Amino acid sequence: MGTHDIIFNGIAAFLTLSIYTFLYKDNPFYKFAEHLVVGVSAGYFAVILYYNGFVPKLIVPLWEQGKLYYIIPAVLGVMIWTRFSRKWSWISRFSLAFYIGSGAGIAIPLYLQNFVLRQLSASMLPVGISTWPMITNILIIIGVFCALTYFYFSKEHTGAFGASAKIGIWTLMVGFGAGFGLTVMGRVSLLAERVVFIRDYLNELFRYLS
Amino acid sequence: MPSFLFYSSSWFDFNRINVFIILGAFFIFVIYFIWQAKAGKSLFVRRIAGLDAIEEAVGRATEMGKPILYISGIEDMDNLQTVASMIILGNVAEMVARYEVPLLVPICVPFVVTVAEESVKQGYMKAGKPEAYNPNNVRYLTQEQFAYAAGVNGIMLREKPAANFMFGSFYAESLLMAETGLSTGAIQVAGTANIHQLPFFVVACDFTLIGEELFAASAYLSREPKLLGSLKASDLAKFLIMISLIVGALLETFGITRFTSWFFVR
Repeated sequence: MGTHDIIFNGIAAFLTLSIYTFLYKDNPFYKFAEHLVVGVSAGYFAVILYYNGFVPKLIVPLWEQGKLYYIIPAVLGVMIWTRFSRKWSWISRFSLAFYIGSGAGIAIPLYLQNFVLRQLSASMLPVGISTWPMITNILIIIGVFCALTYFYFSKEHTGAFGASAKIGIWTLMVGFGAGFGLTVMGRVSLLAERVVFIRDYLNELFRYLS
Repeated sequence: MPSFLFYSSSWFDFNRINVFIILGAFFIFVIYFIWQAKAGKSLFVRRIAGLDAIEEAVGRATEMGKPILYISGIEDMDNLQTVASMIILGNVAEMVARYEVPLLVPICVPFVVTVAEESVKQGYMKAGKPEAYNPNNVRYLTQEQFAYAAGVNGIMLREKPAANFMFGSFYAESLLMAETGLSTGAIQVAGTANIHQLPFFVVACDFTLIGEELFAASAYLSREPKLLGSLKASDLAKFLIMISLIVGALLETFGITRFTSWFFVR
């Protein structure tokens, strides 16, 4: 590791430790690291949006490929800027309406396809008591059915319907518990990666100094 | 002529005819229930515990003289959860305006800022207090996920909000924010349809809206005919899904697979 790496990895190690000081309480080191990461990332994303959005999706089609209909999204984009004026800010609502409407229009069929039809098709399983998979299929179907009753809003959760909804929420909680454990393991591995980074840096630093 | 006008071969995808039929039927349900709601028919919606807590949290913030923090997730407006979050934000803003409590809305995605500003402004106008709206409270932080989480954590620690509302699409930053909010002693109400993040909200928040409860929340809070109609239609759709599930499982058991395969999307 050369002087350059020692300096820049030192900054990375310092910022990592500064963020971890948050575990004790809010302090100037954390504030410094927080403001730095927020500021740098905001600036970085502005540049990313310019080069990955503005240039390839407007400048190139409009100026280099002569696709004049790209003026429409450009005008919609400019209309957003009317928000800076109290008098003309209503114009920006057309852009908002277009964006939200088109976004919802694209998302709704995809949601239906991926989160309803595929799941429903995959849950229609043969049931019985002759084989173990068929018994587990019964559990899956009961779990899905009861979870759906929990999300039924047109009826109070009372009586048999309430009991079904209760089984539904238990099923969800079992799933959440498994998900929680899995993600915590992932987070621990992230922590381990940072600890290893700091350990390796300190080793290199002592070697460099000696 | 622009080239996109000549893509005639892809106007309709017959492989997804089932999506078209189901979506068409769903839209008919929605229109029917909206019509019912507009005609004045009382449409029952069961109590959702997490939403009742919102008003309680706003009241607590008023007593303590502290602000309320609203976080709308980290996705853009093409995500339905963000759309639902903006509707809830409008209702929260209306409530907050009535109680005259500051409402802080740090935003992750630039485009969402404009929609959030509009929602909050509308909320203040509905409450009859447009002069109380402070545009500086709807703030863009950064689009980088963990930088945004760090910024929100800073706001939680320094502004010490009495209540944190987190509604929208969240990812790995969910626990970072919810845990910090918990440590500051704020009442926390969260809701997301991202199932991998729900466990974190369940453990770190006082109330959690699970999955579709987030979408139901906007109808529950506003009681607007359009939203109530959509909620009722989705309930009817769920009822049909439950019947289809049982019928499909029974048919599969007897070796009849055509029903199941109709739902499969290629």
